[in-house]
Amino acid sequence: MSLAKKIISGDQRALARALTFIEDGDAASERILAELHAHGGKAHLVGVTGAPGVGKSTLVNALAQSVRARGDTVGVLAVDPTSPFSSGAVLGDRIRMRDLAGDKGIYIRSMATRGALGGLSHATAAAADVLDAAGFDCVLIETVGVGQAGVEIAANVHTTIVLMAPGSGDDVQAIKAGILEIADILVVNKADLSGAEQTRAYLRSTLTMGQTARAVAGHPHSEQADTPSPGWEVPLLMTVASVGEGVDELLQSLVAHHDYLASSGELDNRQRERMRAIVELRLRNRLYTRLVQQVSQQRFDALLQAIVARETDPYSAVASLMEDID
Amino acid sequence: MSTNPIRVLIAKPGLDGHDRGAKVIARALRDDGMEVVYTGLRQTPEMIAEAALHEDVQAVGVSILSGAHNALVPRVMTQLRDKDISHVPVFVGGIIPDEDVAALLELGVAAVFGPGTRTGEIVAAVRCAVERAVAGASG
Repeated sequence: MSLAKKIISGDQRALARALTFIEDGDAASERILAELHAHGGKAHLVGVTGAPGVGKSTLVNALAQSVRARGDTVGVLAVDPTSPFSSGAVLGDRIRMRDLAGDKGIYIRSMATRGALGGLSHATAAAADVLDAAGFDCVLIETVGVGQAGVEIAANVHTTIVLMAPGSGDDVQAIKAGILEIADILVVNKADLSGAEQTRAYLRSTLTMGQTARAVAGHPHSEQADTPSPGWEVPLLMTVASVGEGVDELLQSLVAHHDYLASSGELDNRQRERMRAIVELRLRNRLYTRLVQQVSQQRFDALLQAIVARETDPYSAVASLMEDID
Repeated sequence: MSTNPIRVLIAKPGLDGHDRGAKVIARALRDDGMEVVYTGLRQTPEMIAEAALHEDVQAVGVSILSGAHNALVPRVMTQLRDKDISHVPVFVGGIIPDEDVAALLELGVAAVFGPGTRTGEIVAAVRCAVERAVAGASG
């Protein structure tokens, strides 16, 4: 039986092997993904992102239990950073997810970023597809702790939860571009700490500002500007993930967002954009690899040396390399 | 030779609440370029085997300071066997009396590291065991 068939039949060891192949860029991975593709497209892909220490893993722990309580199965991908110095990593997200142990309806995989900078690893999107094809109803993807950039998660999921904690800065921080803009659901975690109410107030005023701006500019995700979109009002929720407070409300918002996506046609848009990103990335990598093979290492090194010596410049060097490639 | 990082699980079974040793080892393995999944305190053997399965690790390190190694390690080994991943080398570290070492090795433990072991020795042992397993699987 092929690895893909084993995965579809619920074999977690096969699933674990496949995810390693994908992370390692093993030659087997494309065949596995190709075989699995027809079985995917059913899971609700959910991203959980926010700054380091806001409680992403703890929230995933609580949210996964709520999802399970509804009878749905959960796959978790938890991304932690790779050391830029040793290329090693300590992956500690499972520490906060101990309540999920021993449940066959839950699969948790830790992933290191391996040099990727957007808050995920290069393999995360494909790994989510594998969990989807394996039959998990909900796939929760936890990013590395991100700041004002790191918005890659939004392109890889259907619903993005952005997590803040009290003391995350004032209303000017909140209107800077970036992570707040990608939120489908905004959560103030650690709501039992002082300052939670103030953080909520800042975020509330930012959200209303954003909704006014969107009403002027049209819905940002809508491709056909003439199609009226009922729109989605980003809910602002308060949770204390460590004790599960507010998590059922969060789950309700998640379900409501999925319903909204499905009924508005936005789900199809997001699926298509996700697939476009996967195809474009693969195509770009393959083209790059093929073209680079036509340039000898000596020629590349000689050009690099000349650039360092200021005899030529990076821009002329690239133009000259492109001529080699024809 | 593959340049993919080695994936290791570091686990603390049982009830002792001291994980500085486990963290030092996790850090040393990380600094050697490995990906170390650390699962925190008070893990049952079932939890350890489940994490090893999910994470597809190539080695498991268990740290035990409580003296319960003779009770816990056999259960970890049994659980790994039940999950069909008994090929993954298991290392034991902690306060292990010399007279217990032979019995642990007899159970299939790859190596036992007591207090004072240099981290470099542990890193080399893990790397060596994993590379041997990889060579065995492809040869």
